[in-house]
Amino acid sequence: MAITTKEVEYVARLARLRLSEDEKERITQQLDQTLDYVQQLNQLDTKDVPPTSHVLELKNVWREDQVQPSLPLTETLANAPQSKDEFFVVPKVIEG
Amino acid sequence: MSYQTVIGLEVHAQLLTNSKMFCGCSTKFGQQPNSSACPVCLGMPGVLPVMNAKAVELALKVALATNCRIAPHSIMARKNYFYPDLPKAYQISQFELPLAEKGWLEIEAAAGPKKIGITRIHMEEDAGKLLHEGVQNGSHVDLNRCGTPLIEIVSEPEISSPEEAKLYMQKLRDILDYLEVCDCNMEEGSLRCDANISLKKPEAKSLGTKAEIKNMNSFRFLQRALEYEEKRQAAELEAGGKIIQETRLWDSNRGITVSMRSKEEAHDYRYFPEPDLVPIEPDPAWVEQIGSVLPELPDAKKQRFIAQYGLPDYDAQLLTGSRALADYYERCAAKFSDYKQVSNWVMGDLAYHLKQDNRGIVNCPISPENLAQLLDLMKRNVISGKIAKTVFEEMYAGGKEPQVIVKEKGLQQVADESAIEKIVDGIIAGNPQAKIDFQAGKQHALGFLVGQVMKASKGKANPQMVNKLLQEKLKA
Repeated sequence: MAITTKEVEYVARLARLRLSEDEKERITQQLDQTLDYVQQLNQLDTKDVPPTSHVLELKNVWREDQVQPSLPLTETLANAPQSKDEFFVVPKVIEG
Repeated sequence: MSYQTVIGLEVHAQLLTNSKMFCGCSTKFGQQPNSSACPVCLGMPGVLPVMNAKAVELALKVALATNCRIAPHSIMARKNYFYPDLPKAYQISQFELPLAEKGWLEIEAAAGPKKIGITRIHMEEDAGKLLHEGVQNGSHVDLNRCGTPLIEIVSEPEISSPEEAKLYMQKLRDILDYLEVCDCNMEEGSLRCDANISLKKPEAKSLGTKAEIKNMNSFRFLQRALEYEEKRQAAELEAGGKIIQETRLWDSNRGITVSMRSKEEAHDYRYFPEPDLVPIEPDPAWVEQIGSVLPELPDAKKQRFIAQYGLPDYDAQLLTGSRALADYYERCAAKFSDYKQVSNWVMGDLAYHLKQDNRGIVNCPISPENLAQLLDLMKRNVISGKIAKTVFEEMYAGGKEPQVIVKEKGLQQVADESAIEKIVDGIIAGNPQAKIDFQAGKQHALGFLVGQVMKASKGKANPQMVNKLLQEKLKA
């Protein structure tokens, strides 16, 4: 086993996913198979290969510092489940 | 038992670009909520962020000014966490391969100059703002700030006291101000600071458990929060307790730090390379060009002020505290060559008035050229030092030129000997006891009489002349 149910629970919590016991079991098995499959890559010797962060041979793609029009407020708020005046509204967040 | 204090600071500075880091939305402060947002900064699916070249340039400036090594190859990364001010549920930041590393800056510590190492400088985007006050059944979200370019400057844990932390922060602020990369407003949050602080026994090899302190939005609060935390941790250790690694908020009303329970859960940000943004490999020619036009930095300017204007260390330190103030001083000194006198007025009357009005030097109602003219009038004995203060007040209130004020109010100093003599005679005649006292060797009687003559002349008599005439006549 490459992955445990505990790890699945941990990752699910980070992703704010609520899984049933059945789902946990099923997903643990599926992830385990996936990871097993990917393990094959470990057969390769990558000692002299630098880590790849991007597959395209591109670098330094910039834009000039120019202000462009933003969205009208009505469009910005259009998909919000809840809004009031010019704000998005979310469940109360209290720090401390 | 005594402990050594170990502090490292993480400073966030908003970069002064016109548009956001990855889209064209304006970064202007104080706009209508959510009016400066677009599909990119709102985190809509399918959008493509593109790096703002100006943000990279400003970050490189700071890296060069703090003696950092600029990475030949650097990448952006996603930092994943859920929070309502972060619509994408990840912040575009840097993790491995930051833009710059291994720099330093120097502070004037109690025991002399001290270098504080800078671990790294990386670029990242700001989050939005949550508003709780006056909101019932929820919080309001304003995403205007979302995507504003920031740099995070991380120091080495080489700061040994709350005082040093303040000095480091002030020095960093001065550098950012001189570079014109950040407006450095700690109250408005364009410059922010978190501190990691731990205590250890002098003989201990490894660092103690640290607490992270947030919410210190002034230099004074930074120092006070760390002083509090130093005491709290020492008391905890003395009592045989353990320091818990946690985030604590500074509560300036109560003067204490409070544990932030909501953040106790250990963070796991699952950083990974941002696939939508390609690597940054600054062209050495570009870096060299940025380096060649860096402005004179605070330390260099201070040393030059001491050498060029013959100012004491203290004056040079204060006058170079901001680029605008230093520029003001130099414009004034260009027109009036008694440099110490210029310094006295800028740091004295001018600074006092600006402070009273809570005004910055850039909004000073007296131009440096007019201040120089005022000092010149005083030097040429057109007006006395006392009258100069009056003229200064008028200039500050109305922005008029000193010559105009002197002329309009008839404030020219009286240096006509016969006119002063007349007043002197009158005052001596009116104060016979003072004359007797003086002749009996009581020096204060002279001061009293000088005061009376100055008063009778409405402050306009030349004080040296008054002094001389009085002495002559009293001895007679």
